[in-house]
Amino acid sequence: AVGTTTATKAATAKKAQSVESQSFAVNMFKGQINPSQVFPFPSVMNEEQTQFLQELVPPVSKFFEEVNDPAKNDSLEKVEDSTMESLKEMGAFGLQVPQDLGGVGLTNTQYARLVEIVGQHDLGVGITLGAHQSIGFKGILLVGSPAQKEKYLPKLATGETLAAFCLTEPASGSDAASIKTLATLSPCGKHYILNGGKIWISNGGLAEIFTVFAKMPMMDEKTGQMKDKITAFIVERSFGGVTHGPPEKKMGIKASNTAEVYFENVPVPIENVLGEVGGGFKVAMAILNNGRFGMAAALSGTMKGVITQAVDHAANRVQFGSKIHTYGAIQEKLARMTMLQYVTESMAYMISGNMDSGSKDYHIEAAISKIFASTDILWLFPVVCIQGSGVERVMRDLRIFRIFEGTNDILRLFVALNGFQDAGKHLKSLQKALKNPLGNAGLLAGEITKRAKRTAGLSTGLTLQGSVHPELSHSGNLAVKAIEHFGVTVEDMLLKYGKNILHEQFVLKRVADSAIDLYAMVVVLSRASRSLSQGHASAQHEKILCETWCIEAYDRIMKNVKDLKSSSTTQVFKNMKAISAAVVENGGIVAPHPLGF
Amino acid sequence: MSRVLVGVKRVIDYAVKIRVKPDHSGVVTDGVKHSMNPFCEIAVEEAVKLKEKKFIKEVVAVSCGPTQVTETIRTALAMGCDRGIHVEVSGKDYEAMGPLQISKIFAALAKKEEASLVILGKQAIDDDCNQTGQMTAALLDWPQGTFASEVTIDGEKVKVVREIDGGLETIKISMPAVLTADLRLNTPRYATLPNIMKAKKKKIANMKPADLGVDEPPTRLAGVKVETVDDLVAKLKANGTI
Repeated sequence: AVGTTTATKAATAKKAQSVESQSFAVNMFKGQINPSQVFPFPSVMNEEQTQFLQELVPPVSKFFEEVNDPAKNDSLEKVEDSTMESLKEMGAFGLQVPQDLGGVGLTNTQYARLVEIVGQHDLGVGITLGAHQSIGFKGILLVGSPAQKEKYLPKLATGETLAAFCLTEPASGSDAASIKTLATLSPCGKHYILNGGKIWISNGGLAEIFTVFAKMPMMDEKTGQMKDKITAFIVERSFGGVTHGPPEKKMGIKASNTAEVYFENVPVPIENVLGEVGGGFKVAMAILNNGRFGMAAALSGTMKGVITQAVDHAANRVQFGSKIHTYGAIQEKLARMTMLQYVTESMAYMISGNMDSGSKDYHIEAAISKIFASTDILWLFPVVCIQGSGVERVMRDLRIFRIFEGTNDILRLFVALNGFQDAGKHLKSLQKALKNPLGNAGLLAGEITKRAKRTAGLSTGLTLQGSVHPELSHSGNLAVKAIEHFGVTVEDMLLKYGKNILHEQFVLKRVADSAIDLYAMVVVLSRASRSLSQGHASAQHEKILCETWCIEAYDRIMKNVKDLKSSSTTQVFKNMKAISAAVVENGGIVAPHPLGF
Repeated sequence: MSRVLVGVKRVIDYAVKIRVKPDHSGVVTDGVKHSMNPFCEIAVEEAVKLKEKKFIKEVVAVSCGPTQVTETIRTALAMGCDRGIHVEVSGKDYEAMGPLQISKIFAALAKKEEASLVILGKQAIDDDCNQTGQMTAALLDWPQGTFASEVTIDGEKVKVVREIDGGLETIKISMPAVLTADLRLNTPRYATLPNIMKAKKKKIANMKPADLGVDEPPTRLAGVKVETVDDLVAKLKANGTI
């Protein structure tokens, strides 16, 4: 009997270990702190990489300051031909392609730094470059065979050929798995024949190489039935049958080409399957996941640029006898913009640093960074008032960032559900342990003590001491408290709804927003701690940014936690559902006009 | 027709707002953005163009100063220079350094490298001296084409169109010669990322002024303020200057 319990203990422990993630976000959903990826703030470049990057920044900045004309690109609704040529010569189209295949071979951190410059000056160009290399041919970099890499990457790196990512269809946006473009094996067995249409494709009208996702009926080994599975293909326009529609007229990022792409009986050689046959969905997710940090990096640059203009305006404009930056309303705006930029920038470089260190477990953080960078950027809108500054164009360019590459609504669900999934596994293993209490005495004792302490309002020993700089210990404590409460809330929601949590989107949104605020707190604690430890001249300023952010974020998290426990909030959710149902049924507003007609 | 020496100076970037140090001993340079002197960029561009037109075989970029100047040499290499020379001068010596000493170094290097041309920017945007090119030519006893807005190689001679106070002047000088670049000579190319990568493989040689037989910069003597022009004339007569 003893032998069996020891074996069960070992098995449970092993299982627990194999599930153990180093991601901070994954652990915070369990109310645990794993500081390994967030403290200290990652510094991943060696001397050579740092020196190289330092040489790259000035020419790229100079190009965007002096040559690229964002206003012209916007009014032409395309990137000027001469600018495109210069960008190609500059090597901007193959930043992450390995040097031996003709690219610049940048790491994620180096790429982020350059993309930040582009974001600061011209998001339209940013999307043209990003649609090409961040998603357009990223699949070849990630899962391409050596032959595919050698064949396609050199010309893509120089920009001789442009790439586009083709997933979305008229009836399949967020519901990417429902795509209908069909790939059928030809009778000779050497080609797949592609038929279908894609919509909203960036670079659709310019690209030569397309990463196309199509469904294929395949035999499911488990059930013995035919099932539709998605496969990714590298499709060349030259294969024939590939056409595209006119450029879409958009509100923003007008310089970026967006078009419909049609595939009519396109013969795709079987060698051009990207990744595994039937493994296309995973490939799509890997590509999007891998490129996501780039958005936070680019937007942190955009924010920087807008803030500079805002500061210039506030420091010079006089109204009611004083410079407007002396007024509280303006001071709050400038302060908020600054904090948001600090958080966004910190997230971007923490994630790129984690990726460069080899982490494969960054998907929640990457999603958080994209949501954060594109949502809270709304605070920049006050700056739009400045006439002729180009900021109105930036405002138009920003709208799309909440929508494409995974809408923020979907990404919030992704963050919450991924977090719940891991927390759920933990709970499940606890429930299993409960079935064999003697064999798992240690594990259970720990959990019981932890919960008892929590119920009594005592600290459970969770701490960030040693990671956070002593001057930030108060903010560190706020973060720890928030993580504890957050962990408890997650567990409570799981116990209340079980698997049906999947359908509770009101809950999921609030959980996601709390997760985002929490990650943001930890990221700035890490960055500010580093500045304090290294004695930067700006350390005290960063300390204030960090403390202010943490105070407000803590309050927001605690409100969300409280709301999720409160019955009046549950009633509010019910009410909202009813309001929505009523207006849908009525095809519009239900309440009759106050005037009666 | 083999080699051109180009001098490049690391200066505070033209877009930076200059701030004076609290102790008034100089301007703040720590943590401030530096880049290649704009006129030196034009000099590099001209040299690289001459090489592309096959008038010369090799362009050597030279800079004098502390370790940081290697960044500037690398930028020159990324623009197309073949190799670099870093003449190490640091600390107090660097602060005391001026056109006379620089030109001694360049003169020595021009002889050592058997250069056909030395091309410099007409002046640096930090001290605006506008002396190094002229002094270098004098030390070498070479002809000089300063404030060049157009350079054409014609056999063993160089035709230089100069921007002078009265307008434009065209001169024809024999090589070897010293040229200084003015604003309208050309538009410097942007260093591309692939060229920056290639530049990493190019060599930068290290040396000290002593290796070139150039001595310490002389301690600058203090000046004297005088009240009137007559006083000035008297003083100059007294110390034998006139």
